[in-house]
Amino acid sequence: MRNVPDFLRPNKRNAWLAFVALGLLLLVLPFATDALLGRGWVRIVDFALLYIMLALGLNIVVGYAGLLDLGYVAFFAVGAYTYALLGSPQFGLHLPFWIVLPIGATLACIFGALLGAPTLKLRGDYLAIVTLGFGEIIRIFLNNLNAPLNITNGPQGISQIDAIRVAEFSLGRSQELFGITLPSVHLHYYLFLALTLLVIFISLRLQDSRIGRAWMAIREDEVAASAMGINTRNIKLLAFAMGATFGGVAGGLFAGFQGFVSPESFSLMESIMILCMVVLGGMGNIGGVVLGGVLLVVLPEALRNGAGPVQQVLFGKTLIDPESLRMLLFGVALIVVMLWRPAGLWPSSQRQRELEAHDGEAQQEQDTVYDASR
Amino acid sequence: MTHPGEHLLKLSGVSKHFGGLAALSGVSLHIKRGEIYGLIGPNGAGKTTLFNILTGLYQLDGGSFSFAGTSFSCCKPHLLAQAGIARTFQNIRLFPNMTALENIMVGRHLRTHSGIWAALTRHAAARREEREIAQRALELLRYVGIHRHSHTLAKNLSYGEQRRLEIARALATEPKLLALDEPAAGMNATETESLRVLLQTIRNSGVTVLLIEHDVKLIMGLCDRVAVLDYGKKIAEGVPAEVRNDPAVIAAYIGGGT
Repeated sequence: MRNVPDFLRPNKRNAWLAFVALGLLLLVLPFATDALLGRGWVRIVDFALLYIMLALGLNIVVGYAGLLDLGYVAFFAVGAYTYALLGSPQFGLHLPFWIVLPIGATLACIFGALLGAPTLKLRGDYLAIVTLGFGEIIRIFLNNLNAPLNITNGPQGISQIDAIRVAEFSLGRSQELFGITLPSVHLHYYLFLALTLLVIFISLRLQDSRIGRAWMAIREDEVAASAMGINTRNIKLLAFAMGATFGGVAGGLFAGFQGFVSPESFSLMESIMILCMVVLGGMGNIGGVVLGGVLLVVLPEALRNGAGPVQQVLFGKTLIDPESLRMLLFGVALIVVMLWRPAGLWPSSQRQRELEAHDGEAQQEQDTVYDASR
Repeated sequence: MTHPGEHLLKLSGVSKHFGGLAALSGVSLHIKRGEIYGLIGPNGAGKTTLFNILTGLYQLDGGSFSFAGTSFSCCKPHLLAQAGIARTFQNIRLFPNMTALENIMVGRHLRTHSGIWAALTRHAAARREEREIAQRALELLRYVGIHRHSHTLAKNLSYGEQRRLEIARALATEPKLLALDEPAAGMNATETESLRVLLQTIRNSGVTVLLIEHDVKLIMGLCDRVAVLDYGKKIAEGVPAEVRNDPAVIAAYIGGGT
């Protein structure tokens, strides 16, 4: 921190300036992306926002309460299928999104508690295995609930899902607002942005609260937490339910945005991706989780789009299929980050504050402790 | 409310076994309000097992205990904490990645009520409660003398400070009975002495103290009464001077007689 120039030092005025600048940036982001990179990239940004919501939801379970959940995508699926079933020709139901989304969120919340209940006594790897199983059960159910009674339309999935629409204002087509034409992806961007900000706000408020502290206490030492009078059962269920609710909201938005859902979108790989966002970014730190979400959505896409042309320039032909190269580089990136920054790219601010308060001395001490613990 | 001399905790025939091993067999004792009660005995005598039963980590296999007039035969840890039993652990169990202040704030969980809604809206009452939690936590840090480290992560505190923090965290739950599992273990003479002073202060504030300790000097100088456990049985009880000269106790410690 010592070599930072004056105008970058945190103070109130700079904080406000940064805040306003960030706000403006977020406001013009879809237009800038559209102009510079093309419409396809605005869509990717939209997906990044959805994944940030998911990652923040999982962060409550994994980052705050320390419960390793490998089946988180199940709640995403519950939200998405709720939307798809209540707003598509599948059952001929076309309920408005502001009714469907809360229903999806509530259902996901209930599923979160249902999953939480039998796993309360499990910890660490055992919990991970059971939640993984739960995630798969949901996916397989969705895959097979087409006979004898066709509910989910099986592996074909549900298509022609209604666009997100309030009265006559549909996000599914371009709209004219204040003299500016906003394409569908831009409209979705603003809706997703608003909800992501809401989720960030909720996460922030929870973090610094009695409930948030109870979650962290359970993460740190469950036995000690219960001896301090924390009802670990209820507090853990609350974490599962809260996290699942965010997942349900993101799922509903996903269905409305995509217009199509199928069980394929909710594979174990998705759960692992979301978990990677949380761990890679910095478990328990909202900024880190957001960063993780952005990176893990944008980087693979950049690799996918960039790997081919780069190879053309370097070797004159495409040696390795960009698709497989993408996963390879992604894996390497994960390993590098975990080796160099085991606490994530942007670890919890608690640590930062601690380091600033004590500067060199504590740093040294912490390193010793860290070395000793290895 | 406090009647001196009245029994706060009463154990009758408490038994606990793990497989074939009887960790506790038929232990009965009672602790009066306002006293410092010592629990001593060789390693493996069942002292910590007794603590774990009192704080709900183990369920007892036989007998019962009553605390502050309520009888417990099996109970969840948080309910016993609610009833007013707080403890520390033999191998310090703080929340290592939380600051000293936050550790104590967690201790206030039990006596406060803010839920999700309060956390999200931060309405006036919620803010007031949050302020009170922080204030009380700071007071307790000062009380045990580590307020300089309020924003240090618990894992970075020195050993003695961690012991003190654990006591402060237990006190934050407003216990009637404070159960300390070897608080002086690993402390030097100066640290032990200041611990003794702290425990006296805590007792004078009206909290009953139950103490497991190996430091004989500390036990003798501090405790009003002492019980000796050996192989899960109570072999002696009384004022420290008496117990020290009890032949059964000497035999248990030296391991000579039968």
